[in-house]
Amino acid sequence: MQHFLTTESLTLDQLTAILDTAESFINADGLSVKKVPLLRGKTIVNLFFEASTRTRSTFELAAKRLSADILTMNIAASATVKGESLLDTLRNLEAMHVDMFVVRHQDSGAAEFLSQHTSPGISVINAGDGRHAHPTQAMLDMFTIRRHKGTFDQLKVTIVGDLLHSRVARSQIHALRTLGAKEIRVVAPRTLMPTQLEALGVDVYDNVEAALSGTDVIITLRLQKERMQGALLPSEREYFQLFGLTSERVALAAKDAIVMHPGPINRGVEISSSVADGEQSVILQQVSYGIAVRMAVMSMLAGQ
Amino acid sequence: MKIEILNSHICDPLNDIDRVDTIYMADAKILSIGEPPAGWQADQSIDASGLYCIPGLVDIAARLGNSGQTQQKSISSETHAAVSAGITSLVCMPDSNPVIDSAAQLEYVQQHCHSSSHCHVYVIAALTTGLKGDMLSEMAALKQAGCVGVSNVMHPLANNLVLRRAMEYASGQGLTLHYQAMDPALQANGCINEGLAATRMGLIGIPNAGETAAVGVCLALIEHTGARVHFARLSTQRAVHMLELAHSEGLNISADVAAHQLFLCDDDIPAFDPNFHLLPPLRSADDLAGLRQAISNPIFNAICSDHQPHDADAKLAPFASTKIGASALETLLPLVLRLVEEDLLSLQQAIALVTYKPAQMLNIDAGSLTPGATADLCLFDPKQEWTLQASDMHSRGKHSPFLGQRFKGKVKHTFVSGKLAYSES
Repeated sequence: MQHFLTTESLTLDQLTAILDTAESFINADGLSVKKVPLLRGKTIVNLFFEASTRTRSTFELAAKRLSADILTMNIAASATVKGESLLDTLRNLEAMHVDMFVVRHQDSGAAEFLSQHTSPGISVINAGDGRHAHPTQAMLDMFTIRRHKGTFDQLKVTIVGDLLHSRVARSQIHALRTLGAKEIRVVAPRTLMPTQLEALGVDVYDNVEAALSGTDVIITLRLQKERMQGALLPSEREYFQLFGLTSERVALAAKDAIVMHPGPINRGVEISSSVADGEQSVILQQVSYGIAVRMAVMSMLAGQ
Repeated sequence: MKIEILNSHICDPLNDIDRVDTIYMADAKILSIGEPPAGWQADQSIDASGLYCIPGLVDIAARLGNSGQTQQKSISSETHAAVSAGITSLVCMPDSNPVIDSAAQLEYVQQHCHSSSHCHVYVIAALTTGLKGDMLSEMAALKQAGCVGVSNVMHPLANNLVLRRAMEYASGQGLTLHYQAMDPALQANGCINEGLAATRMGLIGIPNAGETAAVGVCLALIEHTGARVHFARLSTQRAVHMLELAHSEGLNISADVAAHQLFLCDDDIPAFDPNFHLLPPLRSADDLAGLRQAISNPIFNAICSDHQPHDADAKLAPFASTKIGASALETLLPLVLRLVEEDLLSLQQAIALVTYKPAQMLNIDAGSLTPGATADLCLFDPKQEWTLQASDMHSRGKHSPFLGQRFKGKVKHTFVSGKLAYSES
């Protein structure tokens, strides 16, 4: 792999290799990550055109645990505002002898675009582009699922929430399909459901109770407040009533179902505090695993 | 200068000519076909054995400037690209910078064309001031200055009342409204057809209803106002059905389609390739099939290029942020010939849609080889195969969704007003 842009085109072997490599970075305690010298002397630039806390900081930590030098640029407020094009920003940074870019951008296709214009030998990791893809998030979710459930082939997975705007959901669906999940269900108000999503191999539901019934993995997506504008939803209250993940609804799933969320969570909007902090929640483990999974992707791109 | 073209296969749909014969022309006019004029002695004799001779193409939707800038240099390059592709009459759309919304601006473009153009250039003027969609342009002055129609191009109108007023006013001036149907709210900043490709790439989709809803409203207003409306750049099969029905009920309407809409759909878009960022967007495979089936319907009186040349920079960004449109003059005739190759149209039908039919709608002297008509014609080799490569394109814009594709049929010579305007080197 030269770049890591989407989970869509990856093979089962590639996905499994990422998960296995991530596993090798995890300590015996199952959570913490040891420091290794794999990327010593390499320079990685976090290029964030859009705000992020979790993703940016776990990429930083992952790079540091691999002994790379990492520089984080929050570009939202600097160069592009001055009219510099995305490509000029890239060229300027390339001149600083960078080995790898980690890119987050509000436009779908931005990471792909940059990967087509980087010099040979430089890798691009997509840390979220518009509504298109967020492949490292999807891989840390797969890692979390595998750690809890072992294998994918018997799993029913339900994704609840704003699929229309979600790059995370798209990347999860591609990864789950390739890893062989038995059933992928998606449920959302129809205003937040992308057209023809079923063609990606998922079952589309209108009713959250039906979608959760007997499921093994529940993934809740963040609902952004802006969605009340543009007539996508009437109110947060009605959304929570219809789609909010409550203890009663979690009880419809398999007894040992896990509850996941890519963060940051809106308590009382898409998920109740009792579920977010409850026994079945693995939301904080997802964050921890994010470091090992991002280390795996970075080291594999560097040919290690 | 007296010129005779010998032995070409002449295809002139208006006059129902489809045979190998000789064309005689002099002083910028066609004199006769077959029989030489009395006392004929040619100054120049061209043997065109193996070539087809057709009237010069009429392209009813093109732009002359890079990314909308109309400059002398680009008028020269784009009209040269036109004649290299057999196009001898080109209609410039008003969405340049500045917008062609006043007689002064129209005359400015005409002056530049007069000194730099390689073919005839006509102008469709803006329907509203600055194409902003709210105030009517001075249509009477624009008509006086020579515009051949008015259009909103890719700019929606503020509301249905503006559309009604624009129709009424244009009709009163005897101007055809070239209406590009789009509902701005339903379009919602989309950049691709709403469908699986949009879902996969996470791009905002434009639903078919963005077109059909606007067509429906427009038809209702045509019934009310009796305006003469031409529906420009259709993309959905449903809209075509609506127009066919309205036409059969007697409404005075017509339509065109951009050539690329007859060959590509959204499934064909390689991941985020900005050469496929077009408006209206490439629709679904079903719409593509529907448009191809409907192209022989009399509602269609033109196939156009919708040529939009851009600098390299205009497409150097993530898909949605790139400029809309592609360079298309040089693929117009080859794509139209492909419709014949694929048995969707006869050669006469296909050539009619890029010659006399659009010329009649625009009411211009073009599109046929009738004795007395201006001697605009194109000679092409129907058998020669070639590959579209950016480096070979004559247009200053090098973006096309057909780059790398094989085409059959190559223009060899183009005459504009009886003069050789292009000859393949």
